[in-house]
Amino acid sequence: MGLDFSVVPKYLDVIFLGALWTIAITVAAALLSFVGGILFAVIALYAPKPVRLPFRAFEWLFMGTPLLLQLFLIYFGLVQVGIDLPAFVAGVIGLGLHFAVYNSELIQTAILAVDRGQMEAARTLGLSRGQALRRVVVPQAVRDVIPPIGNNMIALLKDSALVSVIGVAELTLSAQLAIGRTYRPFEFYVVAALFYYVINLAMEAVLRRVERRIQASR
Amino acid sequence: MDIELILKVYPYFIEAAWVTIQLSVLTTLLGLTCGALGAAARLSRLAVVRFLGAAYVSFFRGTPALIQLFLLYFGGPQIGIQLDAFEAGVIGLGVNIGAYMTETIRGGIIAIDKGQREAARTLGMSRWQAMRYVILPQAARLMIRPLGVNINALIKGTALVAAISVVELTYTAQRFIGSTYKPFEMFLISGILYMAIIYVTGRGIAWLDRRVRIV
Repeated sequence: MGLDFSVVPKYLDVIFLGALWTIAITVAAALLSFVGGILFAVIALYAPKPVRLPFRAFEWLFMGTPLLLQLFLIYFGLVQVGIDLPAFVAGVIGLGLHFAVYNSELIQTAILAVDRGQMEAARTLGLSRGQALRRVVVPQAVRDVIPPIGNNMIALLKDSALVSVIGVAELTLSAQLAIGRTYRPFEFYVVAALFYYVINLAMEAVLRRVERRIQASR
Repeated sequence: MDIELILKVYPYFIEAAWVTIQLSVLTTLLGLTCGALGAAARLSRLAVVRFLGAAYVSFFRGTPALIQLFLLYFGGPQIGIQLDAFEAGVIGLGVNIGAYMTETIRGGIIAIDKGQREAARTLGMSRWQAMRYVILPQAARLMIRPLGVNINALIKGTALVAAISVVELTYTAQRFIGSTYKPFEMFLISGILYMAIIYVTGRGIAWLDRRVRIV
């Protein structure tokens, strides 16, 4: 059975729609992982001990296990406790939490690297600890880690293919749909790979622009 | 928490963990081979070879590992490549992580001061001798920790082969979630086993790093 790419154009609209879903899930999960990462970092560093220790265990568990396993846990686990989420939402939560933990590691290091004088100055000016964190320390820390967080987001795009396994009709599952009709796996996986590659290039271009802008603002 | 159930099913997970370990070891070996070849290609004097090396890294880092795996396993037979799921898993994951390792190894080599190469060449060594006796021994020491990061990612990455039905840890967890409706328990058993594998590997790499460190 040779290769025959002539079947591809008929299914391009399906693949294209899948690519849009991939972009949607990547953007939604990226936002969740960014906000979650900041929140997790502050909890890991500043929360009282009874909160911090179990939280560290949770972080440790999430960093030490595969994303696919976590997706199964979230998708099937939530159903078990009576929360029946659509696959898309479960996918966003799974991807978002997974990368939030990785972002949190970066942000924690950056928060600790912000000069102590910043916190002291803010406190002297009458800001509470929470205010000083929120308005002075965290914004500076986050600016410093935008480039590595951007790299995480590019990894997130590629890992978003995993949510096809729990039934989210994104790019990978759309390709599988077309394969189910045509029995042409090679052709459609190549097409899907090309779509991912182009989205990946676009994300890298955006990231480089943002990096230049941060460099300029210093 | 259903302790009784955990005690009943854990032997299956131990067996599956063994498959995950085999996958990890073989993938690491293939990845290091691809990484060494890729780095050699990227540092070649020939522009064509450099381009091939860059294309390899760009494609495999620019697309999802899952798609690469599906392309090999399901699309392979169309171009005459027949592999069973385990073989496809090792080759697919190995070639994928090899692209990341290419950049790690290349980074280690170019981090060595240019003067080292120049001095070696001035002493009459050939390009290959300079690489073999002067640059690589120093570069290899720098690579151990970053390669350890690649290997850590690779171990978790072996979970992908569950999608082509290799009976490893994640596949086993998924199967038992389906039959017992106890996702938390199954996550816990497989999670502990993954972390044990990653912990032992990490200690091994740290030990190796200390052994060969000069400063």
